[in-house]
Amino acid sequence: MLVAGIDVGATYTKVVLCEDGRVVGRSLVPTGFNFARAAERGLSAALESAGLRREDVGYVAATGYGRHMVPFRDLALTDLTAQAWAIHRLYPDARTILDIGGQNVKAIRVDERGRVRAFRLNDKCAAGSGAFLEKTMRYMGYTAADIARLAEAAQDPAVVSSVCAVFAESEVINHLVAGRSAEDVCAGAIVALAGRAGQLVKRLRGEPLYVLTGGLTRVPLMRRCLEQDLRVSFVVPPEEEGVYAAALGAAQLAEERLRRTAQRATA
Amino acid sequence: MSTSAQEILGVSRREGRRLMDLWWQRMTEAAQTGHPTAYVFVMAPLSELLLTFDFVINAPEITSLQTAIRGQSQAYIQLAEDYGFSPDICGYVKADVGVQLKQGEHPYGRVPKPALVVTNNVCNTYIKWAEFWEHYYGCPVFTFDLPGWRGRESLREGTEAFRETFENDCRYVLGQLRELIELCERVTGKSFDIDRFREHLREANRMAELYHAVCDTNRHVPAPFNAPLEGVTYQGIANLYRGTPEGTRYFELALEEMRERVRLGMAAVPDERFRLVLVGTACYSHFRRFVELFSSWGGVFVHSTYMVFAGGGFLPGFRYDLRRPLESFAEQMVRATYWGWTGAMFYQQEWLDQVVRDWKVDGICFHGVKSCRTTSTGLPDVREWMRVQRNVPGLFIQSDLVDPRLWSDAQIKNRVDAFFEALAAHKAAAGR
Amino acid sequence: MWGARKVVAGVDVGSTQTKAVILSPEREILGRALVDTGARLNEAARAAFEAALQEAGLSPEDVEYTVGTGYGRFKVEFGDTQVTEISCHARGACFLFPNTRTVLDIGGQDTKAIRVGPGGEVLDFCMNDKCSAGTGRFLGAASAALEIPLGELGPLALTARNPVTITTTCTVFAESEILGWLARGRKVEDILMGVHASIASRSLSLLRRVGIESELTFTGGVARNVAMVHLIREMSGVPVNVSEESHYCGAIGAALFALDHVLLGERAEAAAAAGGQ
Repeated sequence: MLVAGIDVGATYTKVVLCEDGRVVGRSLVPTGFNFARAAERGLSAALESAGLRREDVGYVAATGYGRHMVPFRDLALTDLTAQAWAIHRLYPDARTILDIGGQNVKAIRVDERGRVRAFRLNDKCAAGSGAFLEKTMRYMGYTAADIARLAEAAQDPAVVSSVCAVFAESEVINHLVAGRSAEDVCAGAIVALAGRAGQLVKRLRGEPLYVLTGGLTRVPLMRRCLEQDLRVSFVVPPEEEGVYAAALGAAQLAEERLRRTAQRATA
Repeated sequence: MSTSAQEILGVSRREGRRLMDLWWQRMTEAAQTGHPTAYVFVMAPLSELLLTFDFVINAPEITSLQTAIRGQSQAYIQLAEDYGFSPDICGYVKADVGVQLKQGEHPYGRVPKPALVVTNNVCNTYIKWAEFWEHYYGCPVFTFDLPGWRGRESLREGTEAFRETFENDCRYVLGQLRELIELCERVTGKSFDIDRFREHLREANRMAELYHAVCDTNRHVPAPFNAPLEGVTYQGIANLYRGTPEGTRYFELALEEMRERVRLGMAAVPDERFRLVLVGTACYSHFRRFVELFSSWGGVFVHSTYMVFAGGGFLPGFRYDLRRPLESFAEQMVRATYWGWTGAMFYQQEWLDQVVRDWKVDGICFHGVKSCRTTSTGLPDVREWMRVQRNVPGLFIQSDLVDPRLWSDAQIKNRVDAFFEALAAHKAAAGR
Repeated sequence: MWGARKVVAGVDVGSTQTKAVILSPEREILGRALVDTGARLNEAARAAFEAALQEAGLSPEDVEYTVGTGYGRFKVEFGDTQVTEISCHARGACFLFPNTRTVLDIGGQDTKAIRVGPGGEVLDFCMNDKCSAGTGRFLGAASAALEIPLGELGPLALTARNPVTITTTCTVFAESEILGWLARGRKVEDILMGVHASIASRSLSLLRRVGIESELTFTGGVARNVAMVHLIREMSGVPVNVSEESHYCGAIGAALFALDHVLLGERAEAAAAAGGQ
């Protein structure tokens, strides 16, 4: 049976199509304002890329921020569960997952079967999410694409230590007013972010194998800071795996559920 | 300058340092030998009582602020946050938890484990802080229930309502004191020595008198000391050496020094232009910077509420009655809870009114801290009262006790500068 | 001291934009300029200064005295002294509207409520400079979240028929709230009006702390937002002045302080000269 995993994120919607445990198609579309329509668009795009039709889809698992707004779903799962599952399938020894996303930072502990045992999300405030970093870059007249380059060129990372992303913005401005370079400020923001993310892992009492995902893994300084701070090594899946993890996990869990239902039926 | 003048100037700093070093020595020794240590808070410390049992006194609020003065508080705070404490929790608590997690390792020495904790409800956080030690060390914790302020009118001294309430509250506190004594006897194996207690009370009386006399020297123009600077040492000694001959001697020297400074016209801030009061706590992580922002404009803090409520809570004129030591001790605790602590925290406008007049104050700085809603509550309201009712200009700034992450230099400087620009213009217009 | 064509200058280095104003001894604005601040503040200050001079048809040698203001005031390296933007906005607002007794300045990063005396002197002020609630930052966040240019937010908000109430006080959470309302199918203009109302009510809170005395002059970048002006008028209950020059309010005030300095110097010189006779 063709199964669709749809991850309706705040910014992007990802869709993965699975059949008999294989990925047969995927897509990524901007979410926009209407979650239901985003899910439709994403699904259509994925089907088109696989040369399949809407009628072929036997089961839909929705996940992500907008999962309850997908009217044609058969199952809704939290992205935590879905993501953890997919990554564990990829790395069966994975026990701690750190996902540094644009809006959220998540630290997840999973057991040997890939089930979520505990998790921590970034605290009430967004200090520690990529959004703060992006704002900082924009403020200085750069884009997200410049982050890695600037961070590597830093001589002396500025201390950005606020507990709140908005306060951190003030700190960044103060640093610029004081004449600090964009490189030092960028690096400082990364160090701060890494600190907050690392703290989630500490509170979780993480264990190896550690997996790091999320767009910010592209920034070498981020990974270095995390590994130094936590004194561990991270496995970093190819970026695409991270982006589609939740959608894939949703599809895989849906297949799992169908398999068990079939077993019970025959029993 | 005469040699005696030379000797006396700087003595409160030198002697203060010597006494603080000595205290840290005793603490570090106790950490090694296991000598019984009592953890107390600066509001309701009960040192006079605990000293009779030969406890080493630890004041975690002081050890915490010292981590900040040494620029290390953030590291300790983050240890506590990694452990699970929320960012919202009082910085003092987190800094101390960090120290405890490091087996008492502190920039100034080693903090010993508690043999006894004496906490109270003047601050809600005190109770939870004590719970942490109880959980972490399994030590005995004594919680004082100190009856607080119950409404303005009924608590006017001289009224029947006051007398009745006061006497009831004193009886209640006295009962708790007796329970504490029993506990101390169990923990230390020693008997309560009321004569020793009386001696400590005698010293405390003398110290309280001297402490107020020192504060009073700042009525002079120019002011001989800056409340957030020298005040920290005065508060430290007043808390840690309360009821001891060394403590009393210290304040004798401090008073002599301040009087000499007054005689010589020596100012804490050269070219004193503006006399201010600080309402709220200090910012220990940016201790000198805080003062510098004001002194660069010729601003000196002639007084602070912190010197009142964190300096032992002694109200001017109060003396322990040595003929009734325990009863009198209970009375001081009740009075301090009515006016010395909660009064200085919540109803500062009356006190401010008087200080503004008597200390010739030009403006007030209200400093709210993220760590403590209790001391920060009502600050804008008191500021407004002083502005509207008394035409006294007030500045409102915010940072924290010990968490350097909450200090925004540019923002604070901006507000301070704007305040002084207005004050200067105000003074120029008034021809002063 | 004064040549035939000497002037003074005020340079306001804000966190997003830098403004400069050239003022004549007769208190006439001869030139003004606005540039993006960017990461190099002194350069921005210089650029704005020179552009304003160009408009005035003058050159740097014609400037007798320059006062720097704004967060970047200490970076105006060619400036003679610095005055905070609180004092400068107060002076500037009174210059633009002589009956000003209260000033509200909603900037991109902070918001100030200032009560002033007849001469533009600061009597009291209340600021919100760290938390972005009640500042232009929230508008920036809404603009990004809704993908609508900043300049269009005000007019669009005014078309709202059924505004939502943004309940959270923190703008970081409010961003989530905006998305939530969208997901629930509420109209963009209704949500926007809610955002504006949230900012306005925080500003009113600051204003009430200093006491609102007529007339209220609304300055700063956000004063160009028609919806915000409308809300402030409604909520404050006093006459509200808004100037086309509201962006330059701080720089105008700074220039006025520069003028003060020069006139003081002139008087001192005159007194010394008279004393010598």
